[in-house]
Amino acid sequence: MITLSHFLILGAILFCISMAGIFINRKNVIILLMAIELMLLAVNINFVAFSYYLNDLSGQIFVFFILTVAAAEAAIGLAILIVLFRNKRTINVDSLDSLKG
Amino acid sequence: MAFELIIFYIFSAILVGSALAVVVVRNPVYAALFLVLAFFTCAGIWLLLEAEFLAITLVLVYVGAVMVLFLFVVMMLDIDLAPLKEGFIKFLPVGIAVGVIILIQMAMILGPENFGLEKFATPEAQGSDYSNTKALGRILYTTYVYPFEIAAVILLVAIIAAIALTLRKRPETKSQNVAEQVKVRRDDRVRLVKMPATKKDEVQS
Repeated sequence: MITLSHFLILGAILFCISMAGIFINRKNVIILLMAIELMLLAVNINFVAFSYYLNDLSGQIFVFFILTVAAAEAAIGLAILIVLFRNKRTINVDSLDSLKG
Repeated sequence: MAFELIIFYIFSAILVGSALAVVVVRNPVYAALFLVLAFFTCAGIWLLLEAEFLAITLVLVYVGAVMVLFLFVVMMLDIDLAPLKEGFIKFLPVGIAVGVIILIQMAMILGPENFGLEKFATPEAQGSDYSNTKALGRILYTTYVYPFEIAAVILLVAIIAAIALTLRKRPETKSQNVAEQVKVRRDDRVRLVKMPATKKDEVQS
């Protein structure tokens, strides 16, 4: 019998993997974007699982909106990445120091 | 019921394995492909949760559009991978430690004693005439119609922003000025020359 905690712990594992991925791949913007997508996926698993076990479709509606915003975020993020590569010829996070902050 | 549990464990193993591969592999192309596998497997898990519409949407939107965009960008950019992997070993212990600690903390809360079957019983399976898409659409276009419109506007803004960011004018490329072309009159281009007629043999000699 699958319980709600199965799905919640699966989401937690996925979230922790992607967070560790952000820690260890801090130079590569592409992998950072992919790790963010994985985090959103983990959150979406939680939403869908709660929606199923509470018998409430609002959770699935919320996942629908998260998918929309995540698609927009990925498109703009990759556009920024292309502009960055065009100007700097690299996507290393360390080279993003033009603002001298 | 045990069959569903076996399916769940198989899908979860593939999902966790591919997620690990996404953050560990060297080549971003492989990472994108493993991310595709992760999304696909997650769609299978959502099917177990009777979220059929979202599972199909995940495959269509994520695998079909977003990940293809990722692959396109990754393959288009000529990236030097060596400097991007600096610090991988250095930050590996920190990343693993933080991840494991947070996972343990979450698992203590999310364990079966708080979210087990006694607290959240498995709902009745829906009949074969139940349509998840129809039920979702019914509340999406009534209760949530205003957020739905906002989501559409967000997508429009994203389109415009992505195009505006990547569009560039290059001075060295030749292009046509359409306004100049339309403005041209016949008199600007055509000049009629009046000259006397000559005979053929006169021209040859």
